[in-house]
Amino acid sequence: MNISRFLAVVKARNLEFVRDKSSLGWSILFPVILLVVLSFVFSGDGKAAYKVGVIDLTNVESNFLQTKYIDFVDYQDVTLAQTKLAHHSLDMVVDFTNQRYWINQDSPNGYLVEKIFLAEQSGFEALSTKGEKIRYVDWVLPGILGMNMMFSCLFGVGYVIVRYRKNAVLKRLKATPLTALEFVSAQLVSRTIIVMLTSSIIYIGCNVFFNFYMLGSYLDLFIVGLLGSLSLITLGLLMASRSKSEELTGGLLNLVSWPMMMLSGVWFSLEGAPKGLQFFADFLPLTHLVSGARKIITEGASLSDISYHLAIMAVMTTVFLSLGAYFFNWNTER
Amino acid sequence: MTPVIEVKGLTKKYGELNAVDGVDFTINQGQCFGLLGPNGAGKTTTIEIMEGIIKPSSGQVNYYGKTATTTDISQQIGIQFQHTALQDFLTVKETLTLFSSFYQQTISHERLIELCDLGDFLSRDNRLLSGGQKQRLLLALALINDPDIVFLDEPTTGLDPQARRNFWQLIGKIKANNKTVILTTHYMDEAEQLCDDVAIMDKGKVIEQGTPEQLLSRHFKDVFINLPKEDIDKQIVAENNWLIEGNKVVISTSTVEQTLAYLIKQNISLTGLHVKSPNLDDLFLKLTGHSLRE
Repeated sequence: MNISRFLAVVKARNLEFVRDKSSLGWSILFPVILLVVLSFVFSGDGKAAYKVGVIDLTNVESNFLQTKYIDFVDYQDVTLAQTKLAHHSLDMVVDFTNQRYWINQDSPNGYLVEKIFLAEQSGFEALSTKGEKIRYVDWVLPGILGMNMMFSCLFGVGYVIVRYRKNAVLKRLKATPLTALEFVSAQLVSRTIIVMLTSSIIYIGCNVFFNFYMLGSYLDLFIVGLLGSLSLITLGLLMASRSKSEELTGGLLNLVSWPMMMLSGVWFSLEGAPKGLQFFADFLPLTHLVSGARKIITEGASLSDISYHLAIMAVMTTVFLSLGAYFFNWNTER
Repeated sequence: MTPVIEVKGLTKKYGELNAVDGVDFTINQGQCFGLLGPNGAGKTTTIEIMEGIIKPSSGQVNYYGKTATTTDISQQIGIQFQHTALQDFLTVKETLTLFSSFYQQTISHERLIELCDLGDFLSRDNRLLSGGQKQRLLLALALINDPDIVFLDEPTTGLDPQARRNFWQLIGKIKANNKTVILTTHYMDEAEQLCDDVAIMDKGKVIEQGTPEQLLSRHFKDVFINLPKEDIDKQIVAENNWLIEGNKVVISTSTVEQTLAYLIKQNISLTGLHVKSPNLDDLFLKLTGHSLRE
């Protein structure tokens, strides 16, 4: 590994990206537009039904549970249910075993659902939590940023390498002393810098207007983002390691990016999803990036709280990079 | 003296096709070696095996007596490929800087810019270069590490005649620096201008090898005398078994003086006379029965 060769390729790649105004502009504008649109669409509270968390729901029998237009969600963990209540994701939490319930004083829904509850049940101890409402835009932010990072990582690396291979830029580089390792790591580092920089700019810029909810540490968020982009870039490298065909690689990249777009919890929570789907989603790097970042933002999680996600992203990065380097080909012979 | 490059029994198979089929030759220090042949003859495959870009099916390439696989020659060679794009959005100057960083030893940008005449478009984006400018930049990249051996794969294909002549001058300058140059081309005039040694390839095989002069004198004893058809009586043409090609009479002869004396004696006007030596195009046609450009 020769550092000056490596740095020269990183620099060249960065220049190329910054000068490609259309792709630079798009990678910054796209998430901002999405955030603005979503914040308008979800600014009103469109939900008709109330959502009540019930501790150990399956073993509870009560007329209250027959109430129409209320969703009852099972929770085993009281603390978790309380956090949800604090974020206004639940309107009320009821613990039938210990004869107590919680509502959020800052939530008008909580007030109404309490009246309904008290019409059916009595003798429960009333407890309350406080907590600012998390808007949808706060909740969806890590998803949108993550999705934007995913596209930038996968296509920014994958397409570029295949294009380089197709028009023989790679062949020209192979004829120099530059090694595959130097070239591949330069792509990795260059794209990481680009993705982290653009994402930070988007976050900071949008924060001025949206004043995002943030319970955790910015450094932790940055670290999750970094690990997430590494796992996504190495996945892009793997997809582009051999082929010369932009169509084939485009297909492969779509094949991995679309499931992530739909199933990684970008737009909606996977909490209520079927077990099989959740299991599948666990194999997607974006799932871990989004849910790690979301836990930091909305629950104030620390790095050790989300160590599961961090570990999986680290393993994925290692596996994708090893396979990508193993399969990497400068020029496909005819 | 050890030859710079020895190619021994090189073959390359793509499925059923023998792209290169048992090729041998040696190249000496300071020579310009030309691989000639029509498109699809196996020139590019041969040269790319020599450069280490493609693995041969069998056979070997030695550099200074050692097999290429055991020594890393990438620092010592310079390559100009036939089809190469360069990184988009980089300027010529930045491209030179990028490639300079790959090598331990490089020649100064000033010298390179002067040698390849890049001064006029140094800060231009690679995408906006004309054909000739791009070829000059690619040649500059091939020379950037001051290589002992320079590979040029059809360097003038697609250039206008003026740009080709400029390019030949450039290659002349490189040869003057005692570099070994390996060149592929399907232009015979290019090979005659530049090459000290020539191997003619067809269908994956080397069918002839030698200096251009040797090859021509080996295969052609005659020169051709052309005269306008209307200047010669048809009867004389028939008597001497001369050929008529279009509006010319072609007289093939090994004794030019005698033929001219005979023509003067017959009172034939020599105003439209044209003597033509056979060239490598004629040789290729004679060897393979088909023309180079087919």
